[in-house]
Amino acid sequence: MADFLLEIGLEEVPARMIAGAEAELGRRVNDLLSRERLLGPGAKLTSYSTPRRLAVLVEDVLASQADTEEKLTGPSWKVAFKDGAPTAAAEAFAKKAGVPVAALEKVTTAKGEYVGATVKKTGRTAQELLASELPKEVLGIYWAKNMYWRAGKPERFVRPVRWVVALLDSAVVPLEIAGIAAGNASRGHRILHGDHSVVLPLAKSYVEVMRKAFVVADVAERRQSIRKALDKATRTVAGARWREDEALVETVVHLTEWPSVVLGDFEAEYLALPEEVLVTVMRDHQKYFAVEGADGKLAPHFLTVLNIQVDAEGEATIRHGNQKVLRARFKDARFFWEVDQKTPLAERVESLKSVTFQKELGSYHWKTEENLAVAERLARMLLSDYGVKFDSYRLKTAVKLAKTDLTTELVKEFTELQGVIGGLYARAQGLGETVACAIYDQYRPASTEDAIPSTVEGQVLGLADRIQTITAMFGIGNAPTGSKDPFALRRAANAIVKILAESKLQLTLAEVVEAGGAEGSNRDLVTAFLRERLHFYLKDVCGFAYDVVNAVLVAGANDVRDAISRADALTAVRGSEDFAAISAAFKRIKNILRQAEEKQFALGSPKDVTLSAEAQRLADSAAALAPEVASLRQVRSYGEALALIATLRPAVDAFFDKVMVLDPDETVRGAHLGLIDEVLRNFSGIADFSEMVTG
Amino acid sequence: MPPATTSSSVQTAPLTFQELLFRLQGFWAARGCVLQQPYDVEVGAGTMAPETFLRVLGPKPYRVGYAQPSRRPADGRYGENPNRLFRHTQFQLILKPPPVNVQELYLQSLEAIGIDLSKHDLKFEEDNWEGPTVGAWGVGWQVMMDGMEITQFTYFQQCGGLDLDPICAELTYGLERLCAFMQDVDSVYDVVWARDPETGAAVTYGDVRLTEELQYSVYNFEEADVPRLWEHFNSYEAEAQALLAKGNAVLADENATAQEKRRFPLMSTYELALKCSNLFNVLDARGAISVTERVGMIGRIRNLAVGVAKIYAQQQAA
Repeated sequence: MADFLLEIGLEEVPARMIAGAEAELGRRVNDLLSRERLLGPGAKLTSYSTPRRLAVLVEDVLASQADTEEKLTGPSWKVAFKDGAPTAAAEAFAKKAGVPVAALEKVTTAKGEYVGATVKKTGRTAQELLASELPKEVLGIYWAKNMYWRAGKPERFVRPVRWVVALLDSAVVPLEIAGIAAGNASRGHRILHGDHSVVLPLAKSYVEVMRKAFVVADVAERRQSIRKALDKATRTVAGARWREDEALVETVVHLTEWPSVVLGDFEAEYLALPEEVLVTVMRDHQKYFAVEGADGKLAPHFLTVLNIQVDAEGEATIRHGNQKVLRARFKDARFFWEVDQKTPLAERVESLKSVTFQKELGSYHWKTEENLAVAERLARMLLSDYGVKFDSYRLKTAVKLAKTDLTTELVKEFTELQGVIGGLYARAQGLGETVACAIYDQYRPASTEDAIPSTVEGQVLGLADRIQTITAMFGIGNAPTGSKDPFALRRAANAIVKILAESKLQLTLAEVVEAGGAEGSNRDLVTAFLRERLHFYLKDVCGFAYDVVNAVLVAGANDVRDAISRADALTAVRGSEDFAAISAAFKRIKNILRQAEEKQFALGSPKDVTLSAEAQRLADSAAALAPEVASLRQVRSYGEALALIATLRPAVDAFFDKVMVLDPDETVRGAHLGLIDEVLRNFSGIADFSEMVTG
Repeated sequence: MPPATTSSSVQTAPLTFQELLFRLQGFWAARGCVLQQPYDVEVGAGTMAPETFLRVLGPKPYRVGYAQPSRRPADGRYGENPNRLFRHTQFQLILKPPPVNVQELYLQSLEAIGIDLSKHDLKFEEDNWEGPTVGAWGVGWQVMMDGMEITQFTYFQQCGGLDLDPICAELTYGLERLCAFMQDVDSVYDVVWARDPETGAAVTYGDVRLTEELQYSVYNFEEADVPRLWEHFNSYEAEAQALLAKGNAVLADENATAQEKRRFPLMSTYELALKCSNLFNVLDARGAISVTERVGMIGRIRNLAVGVAKIYAQQQAA
């Protein structure tokens, strides 16, 4: 038993790639050891990473593989030995098995006597196996972006490999990765430890030895210490809290080996700038955490996570430097804000002509005109819907001005704030909250987790903008294919579905497509595309079971919220025994009807003949239930409707028990087929139960 | 290990702008770099000077450092913005192939200019570079010190559309910004460029450059004659294309002698491409290029640069 340590020393790996690579290295090492039978009974693998290293420590690795014994069976004994002397066949078998002829054994099986051999294999040592197999595992790690560094380009990796540590307890495993021979020398923190090497006497001592060299190798430990340090630094400002930002925490965790935190300040005058701009500058450009006061409003402080520990003088220097950078950036932002106000949004519409939306389609000015037409069609559809109130004049203004912020300096500087800036400018320029909010929210939801626009005008703008994009892009052959979706059309369609699902707008997918203006075959493509996204939404966002989703969508995939209600109702009953039986019966009905169609059996009417008692009972029950179910469906009481359908079970069961559906008599058969076809049609409006997976 | 220079001793007064350049030059000269003078054709970045663009091609090892005034017409601010300049100075360094301790050498260069690394926060943050007009890209970092980018560090992978082997490391120090940081001034115009050793009188960056920053902005944003700039562009491009055609012909000619191949005026062809690049930047600052045209223009310049790189590689091999 030994502990195995592997550490790959690298030049700074991009923060966004580290967690994935650490996990992959752990998996690869574990798989290799397991494949090669080198994991002991108490084996435990722990992985580590910092910007400059990926490491894995495996406890309880076997020194070598267990020896193995394999029994081989050869030719029949009679062929192998003539008169007790080995023949050529015996010799050939012995040679193949790698044993002397004298070691051949007689094996008796049910088929007779054969020649057998026991082949013993000595297990290879962990040293040997790791040395030969591990390098390719390491070099096989996936990186989103690779580079070459050595002449002759022998390998690609995320950044140059600079050292390798490979130890079985205290013994160096003689492996080589990217031209670097493994040893027992690591490196510490660039500044706090310096360039001299860090000798690791024992694999197991990794974490503690690295800590002495100012490297916290464990990611969770760094995360925790950063969070604590953020708390502590924030406590110096009364009542303040740092803004939780998990993604930013992860980034700084992967940018540091020995983290600490400094709190800095900025002039309160910059708080006059919109919070969105301030936070974007701090978070996206400077990787600072924002600080808020007890009132939840932004306070004039920030927190920066350092990759060093410094004395008071260093801290003052670093605070001063960061403050200066931030001040300059805020100053720029304020300058852009002020310059932008000189040209109100309304005066920017014309200049959208020089901003390309898509070169085969046109400019954002063109796009705006198209969006206006789409929004107007949507608005007309909504006018008949008394439940939804909106201001069509302001909606039009919002659509018209929605893209004008693309011409502002602030959006050129902070592209991630498009829409948001437009909304803020609309407010500052007195266009009113309705217009401002609609513009502000137009790109929401940005993801499946994000909220939809808060106002009807914003929702309609968001729908119009996206369906116009999808329709136009499909029109010039830019539909997504496979994993390629360069114009993010799937995200756009997901947003359409989400807006329809979570708003009060009474719009169907077909109406949205209609408003989008798709024509001919394009209309079918766009419709199918939106339905596919509805399927995705129900299954992956709402989490409905795939058979529920299929059953519901076969019955209707046009009204998003209705599909969700039906899926909810179906999910609620899907576990019940009666319902499983009904589903099974509907599946059977479908199969019988398919067979009947193949055999070209005609469908008749149950009224054509005198039905058997069971058939008549089904006909009666179905006829009684159908109007009730229909009226419950009408008011979308799907749960009650489904409960009612489940009461059909005894009649259905009895029917299939006793009645031969495909009766030899053509008229009887026709009557039966007509009956089950009617049952299927009358009760499949909520969901196609035959899609349900049963027992 | 080269001998330690006096520069690594503790420094109290921060370096002047010119001392900063001297130190960097001295540091890298002591590590085997050829020191070049700034290139005398307008460029947007040190990368575009032939000491980088051409020298990184082919197998021959090379180490060079030079200060390169770099023009970014759209970044001009009439001298009113404390941090943005039409023309800034890059100290550009090419290490081909990169030594294994290239990052450590870089950190030593910071110490050599008087930065005490134990009192600052230094991070190498991912920043990959791509120069579409010169068909070049690489991966690397922006080196951040106390929240400010002080150096761009790139491992070039491709240049002029050609794969590099060996690759090289490119280090680009933004001198104005670095110096403002070291001197702790809020505006680059307050940076002390030089100090009279006898009187102690300072000449600032503003004294030397403020007026021209103003004038260049006036030209780039107001006066530049758009139709004429287009004419210039087309004319330079046509001449470059004509030369490239000749160059390709002579290099493909089996009867041409090595001397004939060597005589092809590659540098002049490249300079015509650089002229186009600069004109493109001025037109862009003038707002004369729509987003649609932009892609096409970048493609036209790239064609010239890629054509030059191909011929250079063949000339080297001839």
